[in-house]
Amino acid sequence: MLLHELTASKVRERITKREVTAQEVVEELLEWINLKEPLIKTYLCLDEDGALSKAKEIDEKLSNGNKVGLLAGVPIAIKDNMCTAGVKTTCASKILENFIPPYDAFVVKRIKDEDAIIIGKTNLDEFAMGSSTENSAFQITRNPWDIDCIPGGSSGGSAAAVSADMAFMALGSDTGGSVRQPASFCGDVGLKPTYGRVSRYGLIAFASSLDQIGPITKDVLDTALLLQVISGHDNFDSTCAALDVPNYISDIDRLDDVLKIGVPREFFGEGLNTEIKSALMDALKIYEANGAKLVDLSLPHCEYAVATYYIIATAEASSNLARYDGVRYGHRSRLSSDSNIVDMYSQTRAEGFGNEVKRRILLGNYALSTGYYEAYYLKASKVRNLIKNDFEDAFKKVDCIICPTCPTPAFKIGERVTEPLEMYLSDIYTIPANLAGIPGISIPCGFTSAGLPIGMQILGKYFDERKLLKMAKLFENETDFHLKRPKLNQQV
Amino acid sequence: MKYEVVMGLETHAELNTVSKLFCGCSTKFGSEPNTQACPICLGLPGVLPVMNERAFEHSLKAAIALNCEIGRFASFDRKNYYYPDLPKNYQISQSYFNIGNNGYVDIVVKGKKKRIDIHNVHLEEEAGKLIHPEKSDDDYSLVDFNRAGVPLLEIVTEPDMRSIEEVESYMQILRNILLYIGVSDCKMQEGSLRFEASISLCEKGAKVYGNRVEIKNLNSMKAVLKVLAYEISRQGDLLDKGKEVLMETRLWDEVNAVSRRMRTKEEAHDYRYFPEPDLVPVWIDQKWIDETKKTIPELPVNKRQRFVKEYLISDYDAGVLTEDIFLADYFEACVKLARNSSKELSNWIINDVLRELNERKINIQEFTVTPKMLVELIKEKSTVGNAIAKEVFIEMVNTGKNAQSIINEKNLAQLSDVDELNTITANVIEKNPKAVEDYKRGKKNALAFLIGQTMKMTKGKANPKILTEILKEKITTGPK
Repeated sequence: MLLHELTASKVRERITKREVTAQEVVEELLEWINLKEPLIKTYLCLDEDGALSKAKEIDEKLSNGNKVGLLAGVPIAIKDNMCTAGVKTTCASKILENFIPPYDAFVVKRIKDEDAIIIGKTNLDEFAMGSSTENSAFQITRNPWDIDCIPGGSSGGSAAAVSADMAFMALGSDTGGSVRQPASFCGDVGLKPTYGRVSRYGLIAFASSLDQIGPITKDVLDTALLLQVISGHDNFDSTCAALDVPNYISDIDRLDDVLKIGVPREFFGEGLNTEIKSALMDALKIYEANGAKLVDLSLPHCEYAVATYYIIATAEASSNLARYDGVRYGHRSRLSSDSNIVDMYSQTRAEGFGNEVKRRILLGNYALSTGYYEAYYLKASKVRNLIKNDFEDAFKKVDCIICPTCPTPAFKIGERVTEPLEMYLSDIYTIPANLAGIPGISIPCGFTSAGLPIGMQILGKYFDERKLLKMAKLFENETDFHLKRPKLNQQV
Repeated sequence: MKYEVVMGLETHAELNTVSKLFCGCSTKFGSEPNTQACPICLGLPGVLPVMNERAFEHSLKAAIALNCEIGRFASFDRKNYYYPDLPKNYQISQSYFNIGNNGYVDIVVKGKKKRIDIHNVHLEEEAGKLIHPEKSDDDYSLVDFNRAGVPLLEIVTEPDMRSIEEVESYMQILRNILLYIGVSDCKMQEGSLRFEASISLCEKGAKVYGNRVEIKNLNSMKAVLKVLAYEISRQGDLLDKGKEVLMETRLWDEVNAVSRRMRTKEEAHDYRYFPEPDLVPVWIDQKWIDETKKTIPELPVNKRQRFVKEYLISDYDAGVLTEDIFLADYFEACVKLARNSSKELSNWIINDVLRELNERKINIQEFTVTPKMLVELIKEKSTVGNAIAKEVFIEMVNTGKNAQSIINEKNLAQLSDVDELNTITANVIEKNPKAVEDYKRGKKNALAFLIGQTMKMTKGKANPKILTEILKEKITTGPK
């Protein structure tokens, strides 16, 4: 096995055992990235020098016998909407094309503290708005399983990088499924933690009440490892829970109780690809064979989740993105001498934002306008509560919920670009968890006849990531879907 | 006047916290531009606000002092509008669940008490400051973000004020309350107390108010009073001519003493308020309210009334003394030490102490003469006399020494020794036989002449009471 093919836990083990140096790992990885990047286009920015010097630093620590962190020497890719001090952070938007943050996001600081190596910043839909990464202002990322397909989005760059072995692990952000959906399309493990489990400080906001950072990795153990590092309270984020972080790694292979798994009718109905449905049915059988009880249940208000989401998310986005005005940083339009401040704002934003971002800003402003606020935003907030109640009721009866991550496998590049509504519906199964704030994990559970990965989603109670990880690990132990790699990973 | 006037006021008071509302930057006034700014108050991508507990406590204190209803929780909302001094292009403010609602302030106009209702009290963040180049053809403006994020308390009245005098009294009393409870320094020259006024006119007895005009950016109480007087006459003139008063927002032009249109109703902003998702609601329990109440001192209007009753001083004097809580405390400390003579102490403080404070541009906390020193001086007054006491007072302010040591050093003590005065008066009588004769014949002012002569000989130190007695006795009983 080549170095870059290892999981993060494995590569860390080999580095800390001094079987290989962090420098060798980084060099080998960079070589592989440079080979594959022209085709896949996952990275918006590679920090080769930074990565190499950090690798040397860790090797030195090890040779001096010093203690090293949980992610010692592991090269990690970061979605380019998380601030990295001194390294460009663009949100895949022209408006932030040359923005270099003066500070590290909380999660970035955490992984640095644990001796991870930040290898680069990955592509995304502009400001994380999209489900295919086609809304990037800079490049189209391809799905390593089929380069004519999208990798999913908005964390498409991170998911593709992990799947193509171009990063050992990655961070994504999930507002309506942006970690789980691309993880599912690329055959990765992707977790959206409970809202408030991970600090959002330094994550460039799309929709503040929904955004949550999560790991995208090659297997469940790596997700547990990365979650362990990024979780916990942060004084700089008021919405971050002041709760102790359990150990996600110990006992991950042990499930003591007989579990009740909820199977929500609404997630298996019309619009679900038949191959995905049968993969899920097979997966449920594996759980049953391991002693779990399946419980049929209904989440009646999830029908309205997509509509609710596109009001709340766009409303928050319209306000969050107001700061990109050309006054202090980022793109500023070249103006004629007779233009005024309003011209500066409108030209800067007209040039700086792509179509999907503009569409959502307009939708959001509309939903918040006087006379519409009650009908749209307020109504949506109420429906959101009903969806939350649906889950709370369900979790009185079951320990977790299993459903598909997406209704279809990865679709073709360009296929849904002109059909925003169809694009929005690809998040139909992931959005409810964001609205409710509950955690969800997507793991590989099969392949379509065309050879595209299928993702299974496990949803859990608030702050019950530990159970999700154990459930996911049980499945992984029984199957080998996660071991299969894209063909292109073998081609040198 | 044939019209009725209805006025309301929004007051913006910067809270005197050490750090800003959502970050750790200093709130110090007058520093070099942009030296008190960080990623958070600059609104850089990815930053989040964290509530300054002190600022919230201050706001709660103010809301309670202004007799507001306090909800079970307070939450924050975004007010969306574009302006270059607003880093995020939204202001974190409150709209749906304010810290306080439905309060009131009692004011006094021409001795009559009136209640002004407070619509709400809420907490928000300050914007930065635009700096425009001096030459008008320079095509740039600069922004100073030092002020951006400073906590700002907004106090909104109902349209309850019917005369300019009421507005003036409201502003003064509100300012005093804020100073009393110690949440704002209310320095108008530093912009930490600002106002927005609204005013409408209608025919006397009319059921419906006229169109409301708002005036923004009023940086002093004087400006508020001037612009309201201006608007009363401007709107009155329009109505006299049968014209309509437009519902609009205007700005006060201090230099030309006129108000000018800023925007019409049609151009008004839609602020698209919605709950701030980056902050969690602050829950307020009864215990917190009760504990906050304990920290609120007796408020100015009550103190003033109590001073009149308890110390038997005039309402005007009580008003002057209670304008500053520290001055009121000073007065009470003096009264306590002196036991009585509150009227005399009040006079001393209002006339002499305040004069010295004003001349030196210092406040009472910085004053060298402590209540104990002032009371001692007033006791000495019976021996040195009023004129010398005033001299001693100035010396005390200048040197910080107490009255006794100044009197001793300068040998200012009054001559009350009867034997000594006997000798001196005998001498005076001997030298002025004519005046003595005149007095004996009933010319009363001859006595004044003799007193004057004695004073001259004692360099003004003779105790006038004793001296007069001795002189009278000596003349009527004749030389011994």
